[in-house]
Amino acid sequence: MTQAFRINNGGLVNREKKLSFKFNGKSYFGYEGDTLASALLANGVHLVGRSFKYHRPRGFFGAGVDEPYAIVQLYRNGETEPNIKATEQELFEGLEAKSVNCWPSVNFDIGAINNFLKIFLPAGFYYKTFMWPKSFWYRIYEPFIRKAAGLGVASTKHDNERYEHKYEYCDLLIAGSGPSGLSSAYAAAKNGAKVILAEDKPRFGGSLLTSDVNIGNQSGKDWAEGIIAELKTMPNVLIKNRSQIFGYYDHNMLVMSEKVSDHLPSTKKYHPNKRLWYIRAKEVLISSGSIERPIVFGNNDTPGVMLSSAAKEYLKVYGVLVGRKPLVFTNNDSGYETAIEFKKHGVDPVVLDTRKNPVSEIIDEAKNLGINIKNSYVVVAAQGYKKVKSADIASISEDKKQLGEIENLQCDCICVSGFWTPTIHLASQSGNKTKFKEEIDAFVPGVSKQNETTLGAANGVFTLDETLKTSFKAGSELSKKLTEKDYEIAIPNVVEKKSSQHDKFWCVPLPKGKNYKRFLDFQNDVAVSDIEIALREGYRSIEHVKRYTTLGMATDQGKTSNLNGLQLVSEIENKVVPAVGHTTFRPPYTPVSIGAIVGREVGKHSKPTRKSPMHEWHEKNNAVFVDAGVWLRPRYYKRGDENLFEASKREAKNVRSNVGVCDVTTLGKIDIKGPDSAELLNRVYTNAWLKLPVGKARYGVMLREDGIVMDDGTTTRISENHYHMTTTTAQAANVLSHLEYYLQLVWPELNVNVVSTTEQWAGAAIAGPKSRDLLQKLFPNSDVSNEGLPFMGYMEGDLFGAKARIFRISFSGELAYEVNVESDYGNLMWEKILEVGEEFNIQPYGTEALSTLRIEMGHVAGSELDGRTIPYDNALEGLVSKKKDFIGKRSLQRSAFTAEDRQRIVGVVPLDKQTSIPEGSHLVKDDKAQLPNPKLGHISASCWSVEYDNPFSLAIMKDGKNMIGQKLFAMSPLKNKVIPVEIVSSHYVDPKGERVRS
Amino acid sequence: MLYINCPHCGMRSQNEFSYGGDASVKRPELNKEVSDQEWDDFVYNRKSLRGKHLELWQHISGCRQWIKVERDTATHEIFRTFKADEEVA
Repeated sequence: MTQAFRINNGGLVNREKKLSFKFNGKSYFGYEGDTLASALLANGVHLVGRSFKYHRPRGFFGAGVDEPYAIVQLYRNGETEPNIKATEQELFEGLEAKSVNCWPSVNFDIGAINNFLKIFLPAGFYYKTFMWPKSFWYRIYEPFIRKAAGLGVASTKHDNERYEHKYEYCDLLIAGSGPSGLSSAYAAAKNGAKVILAEDKPRFGGSLLTSDVNIGNQSGKDWAEGIIAELKTMPNVLIKNRSQIFGYYDHNMLVMSEKVSDHLPSTKKYHPNKRLWYIRAKEVLISSGSIERPIVFGNNDTPGVMLSSAAKEYLKVYGVLVGRKPLVFTNNDSGYETAIEFKKHGVDPVVLDTRKNPVSEIIDEAKNLGINIKNSYVVVAAQGYKKVKSADIASISEDKKQLGEIENLQCDCICVSGFWTPTIHLASQSGNKTKFKEEIDAFVPGVSKQNETTLGAANGVFTLDETLKTSFKAGSELSKKLTEKDYEIAIPNVVEKKSSQHDKFWCVPLPKGKNYKRFLDFQNDVAVSDIEIALREGYRSIEHVKRYTTLGMATDQGKTSNLNGLQLVSEIENKVVPAVGHTTFRPPYTPVSIGAIVGREVGKHSKPTRKSPMHEWHEKNNAVFVDAGVWLRPRYYKRGDENLFEASKREAKNVRSNVGVCDVTTLGKIDIKGPDSAELLNRVYTNAWLKLPVGKARYGVMLREDGIVMDDGTTTRISENHYHMTTTTAQAANVLSHLEYYLQLVWPELNVNVVSTTEQWAGAAIAGPKSRDLLQKLFPNSDVSNEGLPFMGYMEGDLFGAKARIFRISFSGELAYEVNVESDYGNLMWEKILEVGEEFNIQPYGTEALSTLRIEMGHVAGSELDGRTIPYDNALEGLVSKKKDFIGKRSLQRSAFTAEDRQRIVGVVPLDKQTSIPEGSHLVKDDKAQLPNPKLGHISASCWSVEYDNPFSLAIMKDGKNMIGQKLFAMSPLKNKVIPVEIVSSHYVDPKGERVRS
Repeated sequence: MLYINCPHCGMRSQNEFSYGGDASVKRPELNKEVSDQEWDDFVYNRKSLRGKHLELWQHISGCRQWIKVERDTATHEIFRTFKADEEVA
């Protein structure tokens, strides 16, 4: 294919570098510097998609971020991405894209039948139709709508691209590199301020790239290039193209999405695809410019109808003609600029101006060039289905109500200009109270909430001279406050053509007997008639009208539709636009890739992974790991073909009969020092701590102020004013914050310091009847006899040269010890334990065996201390002191907590002694009862008792105290199981606790 | 994201902090008779203020100090911050 609509020279594309690309399977050529849109237009392709609701043909409407139509599915380097604007996607060699929202093809789309069914698809149709019969929703309506709607398909494959996040701080952040952005950046940079200048397009310069102006005796474009070149040499300036500031958040935090690799055929090695910048700016200058707004007329969505500024940009930046017989339809002078550009390139445009007799320099120039201008004329309707073929035009009366005789004018594109809408999104997001500016029929920023200043066209200033003056001044003054420097800048002379007043005309009336669709929102297919219906049905608030009709709710956020929608509502309601008000602007300004938002925090990086010092040993010895909070812990050590059940049973059995060793490094450890340490513990734990002697450990339970158990663990008195607290793995961080809270805020008079030492100590639990024999061999010089180291005793020892802490504490219910050494010696400890333990048939055991051992002993853990239970519920009321006060004590008097039938932990055994009870099963009296079957309790933990070789579970059960011996049912609808069970004591094994003391 | 002036560390982003609720709540003294109402007010009952609010934050990924922050709950404006033991005038 030849690029039939590319002019011979001109534009900013690199004609030396030809690029091939494919659209809907067909091959084309474009140039380096093209967007997908400009390259397609150069090839005469105007049909790019189908509309969202009616599947009407869609072309190009804009040339950048405001594009409502040209959304494609992109294929790049084996990956695919939906929702890509062809007007923003830069061309690269081998690019492939496809139309979306059409089937089987963009040329023949079956969904277009909706266009003829539109009478059934009015505003709010999804609230009105598809309501009956109810059963049809899942089977027919929902799948059908799902297939028909949507804009592209997300990939189901893993995204191999990399996305980065970056934090940055600056004095001035400037959004947009047009005339106001450049001049304010320059002034601020000269004052030595740290400046970040962001431009969403690949080229800097904004409107200066396309407007016919002179600054300081150079063309606007050359002036911009000079400023950019100088800014680039300044160390205090960071300038970023392809970078969209899309969100303005609290305390002057803005977020910017930088497209690092989207313009390349593939991402370079070690480079991200996109980079998300979190920028904290002292001052923000919003120079985001303005977007041209359309005039509404019949069939104004036909491919070939586009913004006049877009037509000009395609010509001046890309050297592409959007048509050879253009019709320009305007209510202001901007349309003439486009017409003049056409004329300069040998194309004869016709200009329809809604104004009767406008006079300005620009219009004079157009007249001098011999351009055909029709005043007081409008486009009534575009004709043509997949492409504009002609336009029905007519004269219009002065009151803009009456149309003259309809004439048909041959044309191949209609370039529309309905004046300009300042881009106030960022200002509005920051909390700025916007105001309506009558002279331009649009909202502009009003009172700033944060440190934000809006400049240039975004502030409703449409002359270059004033823009430069105010922007140089703003950049200079805002930076002066921060840097206390005041560099004198001579503001350059500006030559620009003066414009005349625009016409406040925005919507062409329907001719008699015609019912053309006149679209307001091009992406969501919202027409004038839809808004009329919504108002007729009683919707008044603009926020309600928006949601009912979906006006402005598409991915373009109504950049080209909002104001016209407001105009319509205000007209029907007979209110002024500011009384109607605009809907809330919310971030993001443009769609942002989920990948960019997520950043590097995917897969393994979504949270930190903590490993014990013995991790490598576990790996080498076939450990199967499980996530325990942020830790990786061995769940079991696989031998041969063993599964989880077999391995954990073997490991647990070996603890009960010989000796096992378990890595308990992950337990939270808090070092507590200071003369008031005992007093702190006494207030934090429910039991008494003031009389704990040095060298002794004690088990304690701590509550929240509401009486609920927060955590449990043992604390050991190492020396007079030094304690070692352990917490559960999961609660370690919360317990530390809890202690800090009370020490810093509630009882600052207590002289105590707390610090986490979780990672300073490696821990090994040695459990089983042979553990003492093993320990004696490990510490031959220490007396670890029952007298030398009694239950809950503590001593320090020498482990092959490493200083060790030895605690006689037990979670497994067996005779057991925990040995701690400094983390660096963790491996030494672990290997020595296994080496010395060989003669005692030692085996390492994982968390699954650990659970089995504690469950059959009735020891509670996280599944019982679940944030809903008090000490009594866990059979821990014996640890609740009646004499002293402690955190949460007063709450235990609440009537629900003291009720006679208060829930309590029980043991549960299946009657058949075979069937394991799924965790989470409910205990019920009658398995045949009607739903909802009254729940008596729930299974909190299940295991296979190695002591009795049958399943055993723990449950938290209403009136558990009086339920022992009851025969009930455990029901698990999830696993579809009903198991007859008997309630027994939670202390299933060694109920008197003799083993730990043996 | 809020920008909080930690009285110990200086200006830091909100993601270094964790929220701790109303700073004006006083825990009843230990070993003191407390009525149900008083205890409920301490444990549960909070005013959901619109406007200036004195609240606790912990600089959890920084100095680990609990601090008091005077913040407008509607606008997020932060007026002043205090150390835990500083009197709020």
